[in-house]
Amino acid sequence: MRIDTRTIDGITILDVHGRITIGEGSVEMRNKLRELLQAGKKDILLNLGDVSYVDSSGIGELVSCYTTVTNQGGRLKLLHLTKKVQELLAITKLLTVFESYEDEKKAIASFSE
Amino acid sequence: MTRFLYDDYDLTPLGDVTHRTSQAEKGGIEISFASDLRYLDVIQVVSDSITRMLNFDDDTRYWVGMSVRESVTNAILHGNKMDEEKRVWVRFAIDADRLVIYVRDQGAGFDVSKLPNPLDPKNLLRPSGRGIFYIRTFMDDVRYSQLDEGGMEVRMEKRLNNRVKSDQEGEANAN
Repeated sequence: MRIDTRTIDGITILDVHGRITIGEGSVEMRNKLRELLQAGKKDILLNLGDVSYVDSSGIGELVSCYTTVTNQGGRLKLLHLTKKVQELLAITKLLTVFESYEDEKKAIASFSE
Repeated sequence: MTRFLYDDYDLTPLGDVTHRTSQAEKGGIEISFASDLRYLDVIQVVSDSITRMLNFDDDTRYWVGMSVRESVTNAILHGNKMDEEKRVWVRFAIDADRLVIYVRDQGAGFDVSKLPNPLDPKNLLRPSGRGIFYIRTFMDDVRYSQLDEGGMEVRMEKRLNNRVKSDQEGEANAN
């Protein structure tokens, strides 16, 4: 897994590449979020468009990211969910928890609404 | 989705292979390995090869593969507690009308009925506890049993009506 970081209009966009599975990627995501939160960057958009595989641990990791950010008074939203990730989130009723977007501009604009 | 290089294996779909496996659940393929998460990818390639051979449609192959992966993860992590001295067995049995997959570990087992419901609002934000729920969603029948000789076994089945008809079968039906 690789995470690239961009900032647009004060929103931090994390472009996640590769897999989010058991034993893969969880440390990177947690460290990255901790780093951002410590720097006061609390509006985060997680771009999952280039994520090739997610298992139940990966879904759990997304939930952990969400709770970590919201507990610190931040907002974490999802961008470009693949069909499979969308299905995994839907089955476990997590689409009701996460705010997710198909369009990056709309996702960024949603933070100022 | 993770790409497995099927083309490297030259696994031509066999069409209707069920008549060649009259041994039903006694037969099939069994693989055993040490409790190391690195083997997850290996076992998933095997799963994908078998479901491809059986002409399951793409979505079904994906979800069966994920169910196998989740079961093996549970066996390694929760069953064998990552003890590399302990092994995991995975068996794929092709029955007349279904693919049956067994995953067995050498752990103490657990009471499936006591697993928290991940859809319960108080559990929605828990970081774990969704694996078995996904397996039950994607497979047609899932049963857990504690074995007399020790260890836990999950038996998962997927019926073969999730298959794409091959050209060969289409022609056979037309005749």
